[in-house]
Amino acid sequence: MIDKNIPIKAEDSASLILDLIYQLKIKDVMSRDLVVACAQDTLHHIKTLMKQRNVTGIPIVKKDRLLGILSIDDIFKALDNGYMDELAEKYMSKKLVILEEDMPLAFAISYFDKFKYGRFPVVDKDNLLVGMITSRDINVGLLMAINKEVSRMEEMLAQNAPVDAKNFRKVFRIRKYDFEHAGIASNRIKKLLTERKHDPRDIRRVAVAMYEMEINITVHSEGGTLTVAIDQDRAEIVAKDAAPGIENPELALQEGYSTANEWIKSLGFGAGMGLANIRRVSDEFEFQSSLGKGTTVRAVIYFKNKKGEEHDH
Amino acid sequence: MTIKDLTRCAQLKLVQEDFDDAVITGGYTSDLLSDVMAHAAADNVLITIQAHINTIAVAKLVGIRALIIANDREILEDMAQAAKKERIAIFCSTLNQFDLSVLIGQLLAKDHAR
Repeated sequence: MIDKNIPIKAEDSASLILDLIYQLKIKDVMSRDLVVACAQDTLHHIKTLMKQRNVTGIPIVKKDRLLGILSIDDIFKALDNGYMDELAEKYMSKKLVILEEDMPLAFAISYFDKFKYGRFPVVDKDNLLVGMITSRDINVGLLMAINKEVSRMEEMLAQNAPVDAKNFRKVFRIRKYDFEHAGIASNRIKKLLTERKHDPRDIRRVAVAMYEMEINITVHSEGGTLTVAIDQDRAEIVAKDAAPGIENPELALQEGYSTANEWIKSLGFGAGMGLANIRRVSDEFEFQSSLGKGTTVRAVIYFKNKKGEEHDH
Repeated sequence: MTIKDLTRCAQLKLVQEDFDDAVITGGYTSDLLSDVMAHAAADNVLITIQAHINTIAVAKLVGIRALIIANDREILEDMAQAAKKERIAIFCSTLNQFDLSVLIGQLLAKDHAR
């Protein structure tokens, strides 16, 4: 089932991951929604159960006590040899490798490496069956734990750099073709500047420049970053991507020139207005690009208008 | 004229109804989002065929509170969800961009005359 080991080794893994796999217990990630059968069930019944519940291995139990496991391989054999009407107890594997629910997740990972099974039954202290664990459960559990940990770390970073500090700096990652999240960076900064009571016209200039940069990276590059630095007098935004770069940078600056494909255009982008728009709203504008080396756009917007003056947006 | 007044207009079908009412003093008609960003105003109703989530991002950026999707283009679920979150109204119409612009123009003129 598994032809590669799970590549988490104590000697060369990130310490966050090691912490997690020792902190998390098997009971934190295992499936508790058990599909079980009795020793007196026929293989035919178990096949139907596997199909209905979409599992490839079923523990055979007697009052929560584990007797054996019947896997989909056992069903294949029975189908080949025509004994589907016989009972589970005769064909289930009784040599079982079992995990205990309070063991750290690291144990389960090493079990998947050591034994080439697709799943392990999990028992409690009293040796009663409480769950099953597959490598998918480990993936999901780890991803969720990493996600939580990363948000916590991001929050800590945010706390270390308070929003009301005079100098704000943040790097946003932008992914290729991720239209769904385009605009997140510009709207975050828009919100920040609004909270700081900047003039709406200045806020809009910053937001427009940022959104165009986000769309440019989304549409044209292999992914990149937006680095935003804001102090009391100005906002500086640097958009940087690694590839593919622009063949003819002078042409790219002309309004209306575009290399976007039809489906990008059908979304309302790629009309060749992006760079021109950025330049129009910026007080300082730099643009560098070469084929194979990627593109950097730098825009600086000075907060020309006084803070907090009333305008109709 | 406010967004609520538009809900009484027979040619416009309100498809995203969780919105904050706002005054509308003009309209902007464009299918190019960069153009919308560059020139539309916050108190405009946006008339466009761009029925997808990025239109909401642009509307939010500009401050637009209501949009009308022309030619009865289908509104994708993620767009509706994003608009709901931002409390932006979405109307749908069988009319094209020109006819919608005329319609909004007439409504605004009538409103002005009052």
